[in-house]
Amino acid sequence: MRTDEAALRGTTAVVGVAESDLGEVGPHLSSLDLIGQATVRALDDAGLDKSEIDGLFCHSAFFQLPPVAAAEYLGIRPRYSDSTAVGGSTFVGYLRHATAAINAGMCDVALITYGSTQRSAAGGLVSSGTPLTKSYETPFGPRLPVTAYALAAARHMYQFGTTREQLAEVAVAARKWAQLNPVAFDRGELAIDDVLSSRMVSSPLTVRDCCLVTDGGGAVIVTSAERARSLRRPPAFILGAAEAHWHKDIFQMPDLTVTAAAESGPRAFELAGLTPADVDVLQLYDAFSINTLLFLEDLGFCKKGEAGPFVAGGAIAPGGRLPVNTSGGGLSYCHPGMFGIFLIIEAVRQLRGECGPRQTADAHVALVHGNGGMLSSQVTALLGDESTV
Amino acid sequence: MQLSRPATPAGDRDGSRSVLTVTDYTGEVHPEAVYQALLDHDVFALPVCGQCGRAHYSPRVLCPHCGSTSLSWQQSAGLGTVYSTSTISPRNAEPYAVVLVDLDEGPRLMSNVVGIPAGEVQIGLRVRARIVQREDGAVAMFEEDRA
Repeated sequence: MRTDEAALRGTTAVVGVAESDLGEVGPHLSSLDLIGQATVRALDDAGLDKSEIDGLFCHSAFFQLPPVAAAEYLGIRPRYSDSTAVGGSTFVGYLRHATAAINAGMCDVALITYGSTQRSAAGGLVSSGTPLTKSYETPFGPRLPVTAYALAAARHMYQFGTTREQLAEVAVAARKWAQLNPVAFDRGELAIDDVLSSRMVSSPLTVRDCCLVTDGGGAVIVTSAERARSLRRPPAFILGAAEAHWHKDIFQMPDLTVTAAAESGPRAFELAGLTPADVDVLQLYDAFSINTLLFLEDLGFCKKGEAGPFVAGGAIAPGGRLPVNTSGGGLSYCHPGMFGIFLIIEAVRQLRGECGPRQTADAHVALVHGNGGMLSSQVTALLGDESTV
Repeated sequence: MQLSRPATPAGDRDGSRSVLTVTDYTGEVHPEAVYQALLDHDVFALPVCGQCGRAHYSPRVLCPHCGSTSLSWQQSAGLGTVYSTSTISPRNAEPYAVVLVDLDEGPRLMSNVVGIPAGEVQIGLRVRARIVQREDGAVAMFEEDRA
């Protein structure tokens, strides 16, 4: 079977989504326990039985052979497994991989899942794998990953006149969304000045420009469009998804103001037959405040260099002109090491109209954008409700 | 290809560190080890491709630009421009600048600018390499180029 990827538009859909317990789950739950919690809840959301899962997509920094470990824990025997490991964006990429596998007849019901207890177990970021290759960065004392993103932010400020206040707008907007999300981790008041006067981690980024360190797990279930229409919840159809990566370490990034989202974004839009103007709600991987600015530009929501002014004045906060990171994002909702799966969960809930006080009106098309590594891996997916297929 | 060739610099063998030159390493197939061995002998060199002529960093067995394995080492002039900078202020130590430097030969690398306060390191600053010998191996750092 060989087909044009565009022919896969709308052939698969997300039919079940759920988070595990989030925040700080304590010392007596493991990352696999969180995967278990999220999977049970997502199956219930979809109205599917565990025995129907025959494809498993899982990446983790907490256990080896991720799909093998997760399958054993869940008590399932998948006939298709994928543990692509490109950082936090991995889970958005799994939407595309699952679409390929389902269309090829290699599996029927795909479970995408993630779990991390980095806050309870480690108190900080737990990275994947032990690096056995020489680092050309660590001898110089960067605080990774923060410094990589700080270098990008400094360059953006230098080239385009972006200000720290504009970066802080991103964090403040995320906090305002989080205040509308009962399960968000950080819901206290946050003003621009609070961000600016917080502890500087790696200039120009303060601790409030940086994502949370939380526990958390998630599960997303994907199946064929036909099957999806027979299930419990309105399907969120996968309209197009694209992946790109140009570097791993930040010193190898060709231009620190242009990410590979400039490639994944246009490709995803082309596959979906959509443009940025068609998007009703965005979930952008905001590991750091600069991410949101870079992705708004690279995905075509404003011109290169103009995201600072674009987000000013609460433009991406509740009531603003463009709803971005309606869950509160990695900055205020949760960030258990890899955030990609939570972008999908929120996008699907927005398309279903389940988001209560933070619900976007008339949400038919959602953009999900995952980031991995040091602005390295970029994955864009467009999801839509029944009206879009 | 000299697969059995040891990565230790020729200059070590007769104890005359100063005689080491990059030409001792042409055709060497242990890129990381050679880069480090040269630095340890106060030589900052880059791999340059014999096919496309471009330098690259970090060292590897093929040219990342054209894929050729015809590589040789050339001493860098050590001059470059700060592409970006971030200051880190540890609780119990002096602030330091982590920088990305664009070398005049093309490659970009991560390093530190030393010799001026971290807060004075600006994007666009012209810098010159200064090899710093450390316990864990020599590194190429940079100082302001006042020439």
